[in-house]
Order: sequence, then structure tokens, then C-alpha cells
Amino acid sequence: MNPFSSGTRLRDMIRSIRACKTAAEERGVVRKECADIRASINENDPHDRHRNLAKLMFIHMLGYPTHFGQMECLKLIASPGFPEKRIGYLGLMLLLDERQEVLMLVTNSLKQDLNHSNQYVVGLALCALGNICSAEMARDLAPEVERLIQFRDPNIRKKAALCSTRIVRKVPDLAENFVNAAASLLKEKHHGVLITGVQLCYELCTINDEALEYFRKKCTEGLIKTLRDITNSAYQPEYDVAGITDPFLHIRLLKLLRVIGHGDADASDLMTDILAQVATKTESNKNAGNAVLYECVETIMAIEDTSSLRVLAINILGRFLSNHDNNIRYVALNMLMKAINFDDQAVQRHRVTILECVKDPDASIRKRALDLVSLLVNENNVKQLTKELIDYLEISDEDFKEDLSAKICFIVEKFSPEKLWYIDQMLKVLSEAGKFVKDDVWHALIVVISNASELHGYTVRALYKAVLIYSEQETLVRVAIWCIGEYGDLLVNNVGMLGIEDPITVTECDAVDVIEDAITRHNSDMTTKAMALVALLKLSSRFPSISERIKDIIVKQKGSLLLEMQQRAIEFNSIVDRHKNIRSSLVERMPVLDEAAFNVRRAGSFPASASTMAKPSLSLPNGVEKPAAAPLVNLLDLDSDDIMPPPSSSGEDFLRDLLGIDLGSSPAQSGAIQAPKAGTDSLLDMLSIGTPSPAQNSALSIDLLPTADINNNPSNVLDTLSSPAPPHVATTASAGMFDLLDGLTPSPSKEATNGPAYPPIVAYESSSLKIEFSFSKTPGNPQTTNVQATFINLSPNTFTDFIFQAAVPKFLQLHLDPASGNTLPASGNITQSLRVTNSQHGKKSLVMRMRIGYKLNGKDVLEEGQINNFPRGL
Amino acid sequence: MIRFILLQNRQGKTRLAKYYVPLEESEKHKVEYEVIHFSLFLLCFTLVLCCFLILNYSQVHRLVVNRDSKFTNFVEFRTHKVIYRRYAGLFFSLCVDITDNELAYLECIHLFVEILDHFFSNVCELDLVFNFHKVYLILDEFILAGELQETSKRAIIERMSELEKLE
Repeated sequence: MNPFSSGTRLRDMIRSIRACKTAAEERGVVRKECADIRASINENDPHDRHRNLAKLMFIHMLGYPTHFGQMECLKLIASPGFPEKRIGYLGLMLLLDERQEVLMLVTNSLKQDLNHSNQYVVGLALCALGNICSAEMARDLAPEVERLIQFRDPNIRKKAALCSTRIVRKVPDLAENFVNAAASLLKEKHHGVLITGVQLCYELCTINDEALEYFRKKCTEGLIKTLRDITNSAYQPEYDVAGITDPFLHIRLLKLLRVIGHGDADASDLMTDILAQVATKTESNKNAGNAVLYECVETIMAIEDTSSLRVLAINILGRFLSNHDNNIRYVALNMLMKAINFDDQAVQRHRVTILECVKDPDASIRKRALDLVSLLVNENNVKQLTKELIDYLEISDEDFKEDLSAKICFIVEKFSPEKLWYIDQMLKVLSEAGKFVKDDVWHALIVVISNASELHGYTVRALYKAVLIYSEQETLVRVAIWCIGEYGDLLVNNVGMLGIEDPITVTECDAVDVIEDAITRHNSDMTTKAMALVALLKLSSRFPSISERIKDIIVKQKGSLLLEMQQRAIEFNSIVDRHKNIRSSLVERMPVLDEAAFNVRRAGSFPASASTMAKPSLSLPNGVEKPAAAPLVNLLDLDSDDIMPPPSSSGEDFLRDLLGIDLGSSPAQSGAIQAPKAGTDSLLDMLSIGTPSPAQNSALSIDLLPTADINNNPSNVLDTLSSPAPPHVATTASAGMFDLLDGLTPSPSKEATNGPAYPPIVAYESSSLKIEFSFSKTPGNPQTTNVQATFINLSPNTFTDFIFQAAVPKFLQLHLDPASGNTLPASGNITQSLRVTNSQHGKKSLVMRMRIGYKLNGKDVLEEGQINNFPRGL
Repeated sequence: MIRFILLQNRQGKTRLAKYYVPLEESEKHKVEYEVIHFSLFLLCFTLVLCCFLILNYSQVHRLVVNRDSKFTNFVEFRTHKVIYRRYAGLFFSLCVDITDNELAYLECIHLFVEILDHFFSNVCELDLVFNFHKVYLILDEFILAGELQETSKRAIIERMSELEKLE
């Protein structure tokens, strides 16, 4: 009857499968066997059933589909003999799991077998139920299992106990039914039953608070006694592992005591003695002993405050730390991380050992130790720990540097006692591991440098020295470039020498060499190159004596393959060449960046910041030195994906501070004031430097309003680090760009592809009212013209109920947006945008009739006119 | 609790696979494949048998490429951890909850191996291949519902021989 001894065919099949040389051959054999088994199943011959199922289990283990055998399991389970049932249950547990519908069919068989007179059959059913029961089966069969916990045979009791743990895991509501039965198991002497009983109690305690209360009240003392008994028991060969009696039972008991003691001072008090005994008496020279100690430490950490025990526990961990076995050191580091929460001092004592673990050859030990070190750092030991870590950074593996440098940066930023120290440490990290440093770290460094005005000279010199040696560390190069661009004059003149510095002589040429090196190196990325270009522009003003050379470098970038670089090179060249008068103010130092606001932003946008730096940015990296205004927070936003709310007027004011180059002429100012709605236009103020007429200037800034994209509002001062100028403005603010870059019209810049720009016109002028139109085109849609109309009151009186109406011939389509207001104060203005679509684009020019109505001193006034002077080609 | 137990040889052939928490069928074989791959690369570099290792999948490649001499056979596996031990050409892996006592399960693997050794008297891989069903039956006496059922070798061997008599 035995399928395995009598039927040689299972062995034969295993042999033939093992004999296969290739996977294809094996598939062939399995396919053939499966076909035979299917045929045999169809014949429904009960004699072959167990052998078929045994084969199927083997095939299943090899990873082939065996679902067609599932029903065979059920048939075998339903058969009366023990061997058939045994193989049936085994197959059931292997071929099926709790999610299969078929499993429902077995519930009835299970129920019968749980009540079977043969205890071995009961054992089989309990085993199957414990391993694969679903929630429904758990509900159906819970009463049987509960009854079996009291069964006379210990083999059944322990199976029933573990089966119950599965049942209460599946259906937590059933927990209370098992509490009494579980409590009775705790009095057992049989280790197998006891260990399963303890496990069941643990499970009940974790899912049901009432059960936890019950066990706390009734069983704590009993458990402690049990634990004491095994700890003190004489040598029992049956349960002895390396000199410890049943470490597994130890561990289960300690685990249960942990839940009972947690949050309950009385229970914790009761178990103090036994925990101390386990902690001191357990042999720690073998893994089994250490496993018990480890569990004991964990329990001591979790129960209510017993400080003397905790000292003991941390000492054990200290011993673990110096163990040769990596496992033990690993768990010690893990545990110390939890311990640090309530006893920092005790953990601090092991600092030296932990630091040694950071240098361990085993990566997992290193990683854990590093995590722990970063938790250990405080104001007092930060200098020493950082020094150790940075020293190690120099010699560590390449693949560990990333983690290590990130941790050092974190520590340095968090605990830095002074700026000089911070800058020094960060420079060291960047020099050693600049390749691995994340963007937000060097951004933060730049913010700090910017704020430490007394250290500018020192920093730029230190960076210069570092970058000569570590020129392959990308982020170091970036910070150096930025600082040289900003503070290049301090570098060559040795301004602000600190006592600790060695004097160095750097010529202007040397400084430019560094940047030229960065911009020409083939492996510099776009961000670095772009930053280098901006630095060059700045240096062209700082170092007038070599501005020709700088210009040459910039001009070379006109041939760059990167559009952004090409475009900036052309613009910057133009600035250097043609706008000498404004250049120095254009490239003045960045205003001091707001540290607090940056940190807020950084914390907020940190998760996204890693990927966002590549996005082209907006603002030009220059500005006048003025006290930083509060809205800087917007400007420091690292996350350009972040959709900002439309800038408030205060943000706009600030932008004007930052970006508006104050030439002492009011036009730029008035331009911004006239367009109070968006922040973008202040950018244009800057771009429209040197625009001759105030009227044109204001019109220009208004012109761009409708096309200003809110996503691109000037929120990224830090982005200016990575990308020198606003491509956005280049495409839409064509009029403004023209003025700035008027030398460029012949060159194939972006303007050419986006169609010509149109000068603003005065559409209408009477004694009391002037109307100006400015124009822009939406790229890719030449037929449509966006017209920004500005109505200016020339009279000394206020117009109310102001209304503008317009009419166009049939070939045009006109869309009027609401005006910015209907009251026009003396010398004030109103803006309104219009959209004209010219269906005869290229053949006919725009033409428009208009009527303006308003009330002047309560009297209706009507003005009419025709506009024929639209620029050609609209 | 134990989520699954795997016993695999050096070639990655599964000799025993027991899941206490269900996985998709396709997932099972992926898991078996992944576990043996961890084990195998460790085999190449491991001097110390039992160490612990934290890694996630993106790091595996780097770790494999840059492996130093004495690494580790504890793996954080998805949201759990795999503790494993190698006996000759066989890898015994246990996947357990993240809060479980690693050292205890290491001991648990050893106890299981001792039981097999007693039962087959000097167990070798072929015993496990041709008597795979018995290995499962022993396991069912040793672990149930993902928890330890019996810690006495003798009790399990006796129970097994009782059951054998009934066959």
C-alpha cells in the first residue's frame, strides 16, 4: 500500500528527471509524466491515487503547474485509511493555499477528521488546518480546535495550540474564546506543549487588550516561575543546546514577558529578578546563549523603567559589539539603536567601538554602525566624530562613500557649532566624495557661504585650492565656480585673510583658468557648464583687465551643442560687448540668501528635489545688494515642479529688489507698478534695461502678462545656479530681448523661429485719454495676436464706469478679456488684453474700430476711433 | 513567525519549499530563484558562514560586483528578512518577520538539520530528493503555522517512527 516503497515509479520518475541534462529534456519528461497522471486521474483508479499525488508534489516543487491534481488531494483526504489521508493532507498543504476556492470543499472532511477516533488522523487534520486555513475555515472549525487544546495526548495539544494561533491571526474576533484554554497550557510541563502555549498567549496578547490584561493578572507569576525553573534546571540532554536548556522556550517566554511587562510597572517589577538572572547567568560563548541574551535585552528595553537592568542590558550589548561573530555585532548595533532612545549616555560609552564598526569590512555592519553613529552625535562630540568619519571617508570603499558622505553632511549640518567649521568640513567632504553628494547639500552650502560675509574671502580661497587638486569632484567644482564667480575679486586680492590661512597668490588668469577648465572638460555636466558661464560673465566685470580672454571663452560656447549654452553664450557675449555701461550693475553679487527660508523650503520639497534641478529656470543671476526680503522663500524653491500660487504683490516687490536693476530711472519702476498682477514682469524690467521710452517699457511689461506661465514664475533663485537665464523669456518676451540683444537679429536665435516681434503702438490719443497696444504671438500660432491694451488717463480727473469696445472686419476674430478695472484715476491706467485671430494672416493687416465710454464728473463721455497703424504682418 | 522555509542546493534546485503565508504561484518560483541567488553569490565570497546583510534589490548588483571577502547571509527580503545557513551544498533559508530574533532562527535551522541528520542517519542531498515527502512530514512535526512546535529531537524522531508504523 505504501506509495513510496512499493511503487517504484516515483523513484523512477525522480531518477529520470535527475538524469536530464538540459532544461528542455526535463520539461519533456515532466510533460510526459503529467500526461500519464492526467490519464490515470481520468480513469479514477483509487490504487494509483497516492502515487500520482506524490509525483505531482515533486513536479510542483520543480515549478511546474499541478492544479489538475488538487481534486485528487480531496479524494485522498476523504478516503478512510491513514496512509491515504496522510499523503492527501500533505498534497493539500503543498498544492493548495488558503485562497483557492477548492479549499472550501475540504472543510467538511477536516471537521470529520478533527473528531476522528484515531488521534493520528486528528493530528493530520490539525496540521493541515494550522498551515493553510482561510478565515472562513477558521470560523467554522474554531470550536473543534478549542476543544482539542484540552486533548489528553500532548502531540494533539501542541498542534491544536499552534492551530489556534493561526485561527486568531485570521479571525481576531475569536481571540477571547481561546483565552482560558491558552492559560491552562501555561501550566504544562511538556516543553512542546508549553512552547506552543506560550506562543498562543503571545498571539492573543498582541491582538486583544482584554486577553493581555487577563494574562497579566493571572499568569505573570506562573510564567516567571516557569522561566526560573528552566534557567535553573539541571542538564537535560533532550533539550540542551550548547549548555542551555531549551533556548527556544527561553526566548518564547521572554517574548511573552515583554508584552506583559510593557506599559505595566507592577508586572515589570515582578520580572526584574529573573531578567537579571538570565542576563547575568546565561553563557555567551555560543550562538544559543547569545540568542537568549539578545531576547532578554530586548525584553529589558521594552518593559517599564528599571534602570539598573538597562545598564546591564547595554553592557551585554557592549560585549556583543566586541564579539568576533558578525551576527552578534550586527544584532548589537540594531539593539543599541533602540537603546539610544532612553539611555543616550550608556550608549555613548561604546562610541569608540561603534566607530570601529563603521570601518568594518562587512558592509551590513558598516551600514548599521553608521546609522547608529549619526544618532550618537550631539553638540559635544560632533567635532571629534566628524573628524573620525571624514578621515575614514578618505580611505573607504567607493560604494560606501555615498552613504558615508550623506551621513557626514547630515551630521555637520545638524550640529555645526560655527560657520567656519561647517564650511571647512563640507569642503573636505566635497573634496573626497563630491561625486556622491546630493544637490540639496551643496545648495545648502552655498546658502551658508552666502550668509557668512566675513568668510567669503577665506571660502573662495579654500575652494580654489581644493578644486585644483580634486577637479573631478563635480559638486566641489560647482561650489567653487559659484564662489569664484561671486567673490573672484576677494580671491585675487587676498581680502579678508583669516589668521589660520597661508597666504596664496592667485592671479586673475588663474581664477579664470579654473572656470575655463570646468567649462571645457568633457565630463562636466550641463549644470556645471552653465554655472561656469555665469561665473565668467560675473568675472568679466570683476576682472576688467582680462575681459577679452573671458569674452573669448564665452564666444567659444556659441558653438556648444547644448542649446541652452549656445543661447546664453550669445546673450552674455552681447552683454560683455555692447552693454559695458550696465554690465557692472548687472553682475553684482547675489544678495544674501535667506537661510531660514531655505531650510523651510528644503524640508518641504526635499523628497522631490533630487530630480528637479534639470528643469530650465527663470531668473537671471544678478541683482542689487539689498537686505533680503521675506518672500525669498519663493526664490529658494528647489522644486520647480511645485506649482506656486500666483505671486502676491509683495513677492513682486521683492523680485524687483532682487532682479530689477535700478538705473535710477523711473521707467523700470513704473513698469512694474503698472502691472501689479504677476511677478514675471519684473524680470522684464531687467530685460528692458536701457529701453528709451517709459511708455514703451511699461507696455512691454504688460505685454508679457498673458503669456507668463504661472508655473514658471520666478521662484528659483537657486536654479539660477544651474541655468543662467530664462529661456521662457527668450521665447515670449521677444520685444524685450530685442532691445537687450539688438545686435543679434541676423543670428539664428530663437526669435527668428518664433516669428518677428512687433513694436508697441499708440493706438489712440486724445486730450484726456491715451491707448497703447503692445503685441505678442503665441508660438506656433502665427494667426493669433495677443494684444495688451493700456488705457492711460491724461486728464486731472477720474473716469468711472470706463468701458472699452472694439469691432473688427469679418476676416478677423476678436476676443476681449475683462479689463483690470473700470475706474481710471488721474494719471492712472487700466489694462485689458485682447486676442485677435487673423484668418487672412499674411495678406491683410489688422484693423479695428473702437469706442470708449466713461463717466467724467457724472457725465457720460463717448470717444470713438479707428486704429489703422497696426504693425504689418500681424 | 516564519513566512516560508526553503531548502535549495547550490544549483538553485529547490529541495523543500514550505509557505506559511500564501504567495502567488509565479511569485513562489521567483522567490526561490532570488533566494538562491543571494545565497549563491554569498557562497562565492563568504568565508564566515553566518553573518548578516542588509541589502535591497538595486544594491545587489553593486554588492555582487564589489563584494569583499567576508559577507553575510542575512538578507532583508522585501519587508521581511531571510536568515539562512549553509550546510555543505545545501542552503536552508527561513523568511521571518523583521522583529524576530535572528539568532534564535539560526539556531532553529541548526536543530532542523540535526533532526534530519538523525532521521536519515548522516543525511545527504540524495536522501532529501528521494524522500522529499518525509522531509515535509518531519517539518510538519517541527514547525506548524509558522511557529516552532517541538524543540526535542528525540520527541520528533519518536513521533516519526510511530507514524511510519501506521503506513
